[in-house]
Amino acid sequence: MMELTNPLLLTVILINFFTLGSARLVACIRIVAVQGALLALLPLAVHGFTAHAMLLSAGALIFKGVFIPLLLLRAIREVRIRREMEPIIGFVPTLILGALMTAGAFLFADFLPLAAEHHDGLFVPTALATMFSGFLLLITRRKAITQVLGYLMLENGIFILGVLLSEALPLLVEGGVLLDLLVGVFVMGIVMNQINREFSSIDTESLTALKE
Amino acid sequence: MLELLLIFPLVVAAISLIIPNYQLRSWLLPVSGGLHLLLSISLAMEPFTLTGVWLGLDALSKLVLVVTSLLFFGCALYAVGYLEIRRDRGNKTMVPCLLIFLSAMTLAITARHLGLMWMAVEATTLSSAPLIYYNRNKLSIEATWKYLLICSVGIALAMLGLLFVAYGALDSGSPVSLQLDTLLAVAGTLSKPWLHAGFVFLLVGFGTKMGLAPLHSWKPDAYGEAPGLVGALLAGGLTSVAFLAILRGVQLMSAAGDGAMARQALLGMGLLSLFVAAIFMVRQPDIKRLLAYSSVEHMGLLAIGVGIGGLATFGAMLHLINNALTKGGLFLAAGNIQRAYSSKRLTEVRGAISVLPVSGTLFLAGFLAITGSPPFGPFMSEFTILRGIFANQRPFVGLLVLLFLALVFIGMGSTVLAATQGEAAAKTSDFRDRLLLCISPTAFILLVLLLGVYIPEPLQQALQNAAALLEVQP
Repeated sequence: MMELTNPLLLTVILINFFTLGSARLVACIRIVAVQGALLALLPLAVHGFTAHAMLLSAGALIFKGVFIPLLLLRAIREVRIRREMEPIIGFVPTLILGALMTAGAFLFADFLPLAAEHHDGLFVPTALATMFSGFLLLITRRKAITQVLGYLMLENGIFILGVLLSEALPLLVEGGVLLDLLVGVFVMGIVMNQINREFSSIDTESLTALKE
Repeated sequence: MLELLLIFPLVVAAISLIIPNYQLRSWLLPVSGGLHLLLSISLAMEPFTLTGVWLGLDALSKLVLVVTSLLFFGCALYAVGYLEIRRDRGNKTMVPCLLIFLSAMTLAITARHLGLMWMAVEATTLSSAPLIYYNRNKLSIEATWKYLLICSVGIALAMLGLLFVAYGALDSGSPVSLQLDTLLAVAGTLSKPWLHAGFVFLLVGFGTKMGLAPLHSWKPDAYGEAPGLVGALLAGGLTSVAFLAILRGVQLMSAAGDGAMARQALLGMGLLSLFVAAIFMVRQPDIKRLLAYSSVEHMGLLAIGVGIGGLATFGAMLHLINNALTKGGLFLAAGNIQRAYSSKRLTEVRGAISVLPVSGTLFLAGFLAITGSPPFGPFMSEFTILRGIFANQRPFVGLLVLLFLALVFIGMGSTVLAATQGEAAAKTSDFRDRLLLCISPTAFILLVLLLGVYIPEPLQQALQNAAALLEVQP
């Protein structure tokens, strides 16, 4: 199990960094899709080829790796933007922050009262690091689409933890969670399109009319 | 039976997509709302509790189910009149989204598996987002985006909380499950740090959805820009559902013997909500944002009630009903006022009673009710919560609550009185009170009045049963 999951999880962490440091939106969407597809292999690597693991993998692969990225790519084709300009915090500082947070995640996971079989694995620190990176994207980027990507990374991080606890999440629930995610991204895509129509950009900076 | 309650709104939603007639489509709403209400009441009247692996009804969920269903029925009736005057905007998304929203809320209420409940709560966010965007302008798109993103991220944190709770079972050798009854049975053996962390994340996640301060930032925007009937459903129905989700966490903590810690967290957030709401309600120039902050305030009161425990928990259960019905009446009346003035700001809205005798009066009565003036229902429930606080030897908390309630009364009063009393401005649209748009808010306010004077025996019993579920000691 270890020899298979560790390279997988390390790649997931590298993808976090790529997304934090890249300004090209299409590349970001693609790489988050790859991250989703890699995560889809996790249930198989951990639980072997059981029916539950195979269905979960297939679902995650189709939803996270194919449908959701397609929805996002369609959304940015419609609003005709390619690059994330002027993030609130620059790319290099975000990368440094991301590195600090990842290091923090590894240190923090050592202090957690983990079950014996998870002590040496990369599961928990990777889950934490991916969630932190998602949050960082949500906070530091202006474009609505990058914020959606941040949300997706947050969900990816939670998915990693969920794989460890598959007894607690029957297929009905896992399927529902994935469906919620898909519909969520679909609705966000529509809203993004409307933002672009009303404001001629998808900078969330323009969404500041409502305040006290 | 329960499955029927979940599935038929979805079927009607599908039917509404193929019905060509505009009015017929609108009428699907009250028909399914009425059917839902009848079914819910008949289910809630059953003396026993239904417990399945996936779906079930206990005293708590019975209470929330009937309240939500009643509120939905009233709003659905109002929707027929509302959609009739909004033919320019259409009802092709409104009707199916409202029905899916109803089904998702029902699933969240009746789910016995916390994962299923989580999924349903997220589905309520997604199905209500198009409802908030109904007016299709710059302001409503901003409100929708904030609502979608903040609530989705919040709910994702709640999922993390659920996973932490499940992880707590991994170490102790108990069965790893998120089924509520299984969890309650093994709660004592769960690893404490994971359970506590899980509860905190549940509180933050579902607290975002419920709109407890400091996680309420989306609330004034969403309630302010959504149509009145959507505001009513969010403020009365969805918040109660999110509160139920938090109560599941409280049940779990109580069963594990850590109820005191959960209560303390709720009490803190409740007091903060009251404080924040009071600050923002003073000199609030927008009547719908005012109602949104009032919603933050009342979520705070619910949290405080459960946070104190004992008599105050009973008060909180009663307050849940009162808040839902009063908010329903207030938002529907505010919607009518906004339509007549084409504005919801105090600069234009003046003398609403002279322009809209029914809606204006209802708005004024709703204000008196929600701020806890006798003889309305919220007076009874707020008084019960306060009695619970003082009986619990927490005079400092009690005085703070009283101070904030007084501030809220003054702040809300100055805006509401200015909006309803006095001379109307010259320019109002030709919209006037009409039957379909006044029946539901009138019924809500009358019900609240009735609840202030008399609580029927079965309801009293139901409230006690619901409160008892939260008072379980390990």
